[in-house]
Amino acid sequence: MQYLLAGTRKGAWIYTSDASRGKWKVDGPHYLGSIVNHLVLDPRDQRTMVMALRAGHLVPTILTSTDFGKTWQESPKPPAFPKADDPEMGRSVSHTFWLSPGHESEPGVWWAGTSPPALFRSEDGGVTWDAVKGWNEHPRYHDWCPNAPTPDGELLAQISICTDDPKHMYLCTSSGGVFETTDQCATWAPLNKGVEVTFGPELYPEFGQDAHQIAVHPKDSNRIYQQNHCGIYRIDRPGDTWVRIGNNMPEAVGDIGFSVVVDPRNTDKAWVWPMDGSDVWPRTSPGGKPAAYMTDDGGETWQRQDKGFPREQAWYTVKRQAFVGDGLDPMGLYIGTTGGEVWASSNAGESWNQIAVHLPEIYSLNAVTVD
Amino acid sequence: MNVLIPTQLRSYTGGRSCVAASGNTLAEVLACLDSDYPGIRFRMIDEQDRIREHIRIFVSGDTAERIDIPLTESDEVHIVGALSGG
Repeated sequence: MQYLLAGTRKGAWIYTSDASRGKWKVDGPHYLGSIVNHLVLDPRDQRTMVMALRAGHLVPTILTSTDFGKTWQESPKPPAFPKADDPEMGRSVSHTFWLSPGHESEPGVWWAGTSPPALFRSEDGGVTWDAVKGWNEHPRYHDWCPNAPTPDGELLAQISICTDDPKHMYLCTSSGGVFETTDQCATWAPLNKGVEVTFGPELYPEFGQDAHQIAVHPKDSNRIYQQNHCGIYRIDRPGDTWVRIGNNMPEAVGDIGFSVVVDPRNTDKAWVWPMDGSDVWPRTSPGGKPAAYMTDDGGETWQRQDKGFPREQAWYTVKRQAFVGDGLDPMGLYIGTTGGEVWASSNAGESWNQIAVHLPEIYSLNAVTVD
Repeated sequence: MNVLIPTQLRSYTGGRSCVAASGNTLAEVLACLDSDYPGIRFRMIDEQDRIREHIRIFVSGDTAERIDIPLTESDEVHIVGALSGG
């Protein structure tokens, strides 16, 4: 059974299909009217769903389900900062933005990224959460997370764990860039060399980048792709310098976007979803013509994949958690748009079909196979 | 004392718009409320014990700025939550 989970600005929907991925059944809405930043099904136990939800102006809540959304349990201990000596100076979680199941060797472990950009860990399947001091109280935290006035708040936007080492992790923030730990959060260091910052006083700062999303390759953790605010990059560790592979994109399309997806069987194959990042940053499909772009040579060349999409006058955006793959062969790809549409490809992007329409603005998708 | 609950928090109170709670301070009343309806306090009060930005709490008609204010049994607590936005 294929599961496709959609988190939207006004609730969550759960889609299911058989292995053909041709027809999808819908279940929802769940928590209609609440903002669902991320809804994720644990690929390890193929049972636990964790949802990051907030209701309009109200506050962050984590919900879990172990019966595929039939029932939900609210976290009795959601992500929250420790109480400060001076409450007026203490930090408060605005919302949880990102959820990651932990490493395969650590069942039940989950990670959460919040705004303000903080890291939280659960060891019981997302039911209770503890602050990760190694990041949240790092001596350089306030340098790396300067409380930048980004839309919807400064974010810890992603957490990635290397498949070959549970202690080796990367995280992305919206105003610091990429950071690396090799001791599961005890120590951290920026990893931004070579990544441009076109919106600041220094073109190549040590930190201060806006890392929209990275993809640490599951087959070889040394290969990492990054869709940055300022372009598409690749790094091959233990190298320490990112290379801008987005320069190989068509000039009229550019290399600005939110998401990057990799083929789990091929370290050279990845997809991006470009958006218009010119002048005032419309964040729409460039020219109103939606398309994914695929590379199968590590970013040396890019191929446009637009079969099935409108040929013109389609101005939606795909947010960073709303472009995902299912890891199957052939690779299934899914986008959720700001206009409430879900499009799917069951042939690695060669053609696309609209599988849902008229949803609220889509914030996230998650594609998981349940045996 | 009576505590008036806004619509967006009534999922915790089984749909009830008015519930009973006790305590000598607003903090104690909120703790009592959370004991009866687990999770409701955190949606109004942050981890630093501050009243959240889009919540207002009135005690017998007066705006509460903090939760450590004293209450009497005759007080009524009215919780209001903003629902603006599109």
